[in-house]
Amino acid sequence: MEEKRSAWERLQLVHTKGRPTIRDYIPLIFTDFYEMHGDRLFGDDKAVIGGIARLDGQPVTIIAQVKGRDINENKTCNFAMPHPEGYRKALRLAKQAEKFHRPVICFIDTPGAFCGVAAEERGQGEAIAKNIAEFMTLRTPIISIVLGEGGSGGALALGVCDELAMLENAEYSVLSPRGFASILWKDASREQEASEIMMITAEDMVRLGVAETIIEEPLGGAHNDLDKISENIKEYLSLKIPEKCKKDIDVLLKERYTKFRKIGEFTE
Amino acid sequence: MFEDFFNVVKKRFNDTSDEDQAETVKCPRCQSSIILSRYEELHRVCPNCNYHGRLSAKERISITADKDSFCEFDAGMKSCNPIDFPEYAEKQAELRESTGLNDAVVTGTATIKGSPVVLGIMDSRYMMGSMGSVVGEKITRAFEYAAEHDLPVVLFTASGGARMQEGIVSLMQMAKTSGAVKMHSDTGNLYITVMTDPTTGGVTASFASLGDIIIAEPKVLIGFAGRRVIEGTIKQRLPDDFQLAEFMHEKGFVDMIVERRKMRSVLSHLLKLHGYVPKPEGEV
Repeated sequence: MEEKRSAWERLQLVHTKGRPTIRDYIPLIFTDFYEMHGDRLFGDDKAVIGGIARLDGQPVTIIAQVKGRDINENKTCNFAMPHPEGYRKALRLAKQAEKFHRPVICFIDTPGAFCGVAAEERGQGEAIAKNIAEFMTLRTPIISIVLGEGGSGGALALGVCDELAMLENAEYSVLSPRGFASILWKDASREQEASEIMMITAEDMVRLGVAETIIEEPLGGAHNDLDKISENIKEYLSLKIPEKCKKDIDVLLKERYTKFRKIGEFTE
Repeated sequence: MFEDFFNVVKKRFNDTSDEDQAETVKCPRCQSSIILSRYEELHRVCPNCNYHGRLSAKERISITADKDSFCEFDAGMKSCNPIDFPEYAEKQAELRESTGLNDAVVTGTATIKGSPVVLGIMDSRYMMGSMGSVVGEKITRAFEYAAEHDLPVVLFTASGGARMQEGIVSLMQMAKTSGAVKMHSDTGNLYITVMTDPTTGGVTASFASLGDIIIAEPKVLIGFAGRRVIEGTIKQRLPDDFQLAEFMHEKGFVDMIVERRKMRSVLSHLLKLHGYVPKPEGEV
């Protein structure tokens, strides 16, 4: 059963030390994982991993943002904040999946795209924009799952999909609550207040038409039972991937476009 | 979100002569004082450093489109308050009053030296040109219209990024607009982005960066992350030219930098090079 928690409490859970990362999940959900490296343009961004694996025997492409499990891992993966080459690697692997008719599974877990000099020089904006546009018409099914943090455009770059699932305590937001408070109120310490009014929880996402499914976490959060949460994610994927693969691709693409097309509230 | 763009300095000398009462503005790039009437004559281009200042959508249309050719889409569209953000409705009501706009983008059809286009112009006076539901919807509809009618799109971008007050709904407008750009592109039609001051955040990370041709005005700010955010990350001051149009041109993200006085003519040439020629007389 889903537990009642405030957005702030969920945010704390997402930041709990020991919350599983994609590296924990891959061996429990997939088999035969082969990691691929590099965007073929600049380098290999360790904040995004990708490769080929099997889900229930079927070849799939995995693209994921990687959080570190300790400070050393986090240094390597830049706290899951990709540079443009991370997004370009993701796009390369997505195009590879399209060529070989493999569905794409994206795992989102990032505070946001990295904000730095090198990221700007190499076109962070262009890299994200291109992924968003290209994923919209990628001729293979795409499922995205938010594992923990889904921060801003840096998350959306892996978030254009046929269906989005949220882990029960995961959040998805236009900007981190801290950044939001800092921009709107010039006071980053009002982070908690921001998290409560921003509508960032899995339930909010379903209500606003952003996500379709909530994947239940074990009592107390995903870190309490890695086997169970992996099983829940696998169960979801094992249901959805065959369902999406059966669909006519043109119908699927039309539905993908419509999924995003209808989000927005206005009067005229 | 961004510093005030023009600090209008009103110099009053308690003198009766008109000249002494001349209002001046300060250029945000080079800080020099410019007499307001002169500045407006130059269509808000700094005579000292060539910074291309911000224009209202109305001013932009008047110097870009053929006279009386602009026909607006969705003029009455207004935003709701999707995440019930406190004081959002009041803020919008005030801005509607002061700017005469209903939101931060104006779209429609027009001709440029006779070539038909779908034109979109963002206006930074309205919540720093931020993209919420209305901006997302109007831009999406503009591309859908252009795709359906085999028309090119010329979009003048000016935005601080996603509109925080609409939360995740504003983030999703990035996907919606980029999807429409891709769909329009797949019909083989031309999309020209003209980046004006400022083009940043979620707008840079969506439709602004997807033009077949990307033009920028001189000295305008173009980037993804805000300067202060980056300075906070690296703990040092960034060079003055960081994220200016010339920097992005140097890095390969802008095709050409075009001065305002030449913009209409450059757009017209590019449209014609892509086969968008004026319709023969008599044809509607």
